[in-house]
Amino acid sequence: MLRDQTAIVGIGQTAFGKGLPDSELSLACQAISAAIDDAGLEPAAVDGLAMFSMEDGREVEVARNVGLGDVTFFSQIGYGGGAGCGTVGHAAMAVATGQCEVAVAWRARKRAAKASRPWAQVSSRISGHWQWSRPFGVLRPVDEIAMLTRRYMHEFGATREHLANVALAFRKHANRNPAATMHDKPLSREQYLDARWISEPLCLFDNCLETDGALAVVITSAARAADLRNPPVYVHAFAQSIPQQHQVMTNYFCDDPLLGPSHACAARLWAQAEVTPRDVPVAQIYDAFSPLIPLSLEGYGFCARGEGAAFTDDGALEWPDGRLPTNTSGGGMSEAYVHGFNLVLEGVRQMRGTSSSQVDGAEVCLVTSGEGVPTSALLLRR
Amino acid sequence: MTSTGFLLPDLEDPESAPFWEGCARGELLVQVCTSCGARRMPPRPMCPRCRSVDHRWEATSGRATIWSFVVPHPPLLPAYQELAPYNAIVVALDDDSAIRFVGNLVASPDGAINEIDPASIEIGDPVQVVFQQVEDVTLPRWVRA
Repeated sequence: MLRDQTAIVGIGQTAFGKGLPDSELSLACQAISAAIDDAGLEPAAVDGLAMFSMEDGREVEVARNVGLGDVTFFSQIGYGGGAGCGTVGHAAMAVATGQCEVAVAWRARKRAAKASRPWAQVSSRISGHWQWSRPFGVLRPVDEIAMLTRRYMHEFGATREHLANVALAFRKHANRNPAATMHDKPLSREQYLDARWISEPLCLFDNCLETDGALAVVITSAARAADLRNPPVYVHAFAQSIPQQHQVMTNYFCDDPLLGPSHACAARLWAQAEVTPRDVPVAQIYDAFSPLIPLSLEGYGFCARGEGAAFTDDGALEWPDGRLPTNTSGGGMSEAYVHGFNLVLEGVRQMRGTSSSQVDGAEVCLVTSGEGVPTSALLLRR
Repeated sequence: MTSTGFLLPDLEDPESAPFWEGCARGELLVQVCTSCGARRMPPRPMCPRCRSVDHRWEATSGRATIWSFVVPHPPLLPAYQELAPYNAIVVALDDDSAIRFVGNLVASPDGAINEIDPASIEIGDPVQVVFQQVEDVTLPRWVRA
């Protein structure tokens, strides 16, 4: 079992912004370099790499630029926003099984880069599963998730007020985080309810922020971590999932489309862990769109099916007094949307005790990747 | 990009070509496993229930109910943005509610996808398939039953 055998010992990130001049590869190298420095290691020590398949840069280019040593493990994970925790988990497994000693996982993203925006890659004719949705104007991720959201509202009584709970909680956290894109921009419930539609029933503030930027983490063995400068943040548990009969994003064709990938991922994750959802005081939950939060709260077992929307009431997601302060750096909706990888780094900060919205005494943090796609999740422990 | 600017299916895709050929004939087809009889949508080479690769295509009643819907607003690809806000729906077949299709609710077979007032659409509304030719493709669409 992977449990606590490895630890995250370094984190690094670039600034977040729109239209950053650097290439995706350059941003990746800058974040990786910063993470190696944070760990107090030399680039030559890095011998493992795990990345998103949906990225312009490649392992060989990263290794040549950052000046890595001989790399003996490298892995790519697909499905966009579902990959983040997966890259960390694969790196951790590689370290734990001796395939490498020090691994880096990262995500760099340029919103202008074609590889980062699959829906904008318009070819003349569509084959594969998109042919069943895109001709009819279900074009963007927001349209695809809005379709599930409407059904979720219908089946379980969720409302826009619930989705506002999510957007407002994450914005409040961003307002406390100087690195967040929305640090200086408060959001009121009135602004949320009056916002323009993007794909009804989802409005502007139900969407994440398309962001340029990069983030990276360094993973090594617990034994080696003990000698490094930062307090180790252990990879307590890790899981991935492709649920039965799942279809990427347009998951409309199986028996129970609202039973998302988080359910299967959670079953494996908790089976690997010494803790239960009750023991988790802080979470970083993938939030490309606000309705993914209630779906994930249900999937990861913080409440029963259909109760995820009501869970968000009474400030439950808000630091410091909520039942489960969530996306404490602002998340994809208010800090930056770097395919959810910023959630991993915020999980590490919570375990180091250095978050701008630090949950006192938190000893374990859940981090999740995309709901609606083949996904992954981590339990981090200090 | 196609000449109309709409995103259209690749009619050469071997897994789906019989479906689109059926639409051209005015039939809404579903792939059925010849071995165990399970219907499957979207089409694929192997039956996930019995692992047979043998299949046939069967016509359906074309009657369905609205399972969910969205109303996209800009920014969108130009051909769709011109029509926004419009509706897109998912319907569940009356013949077999596990078989669903994405489409649009229109007032008539050749009607525009923005001619129905979105506020009038409700989950559970009964609909009937109709067909519209766009370039060399025939798309299934839905009118109120």
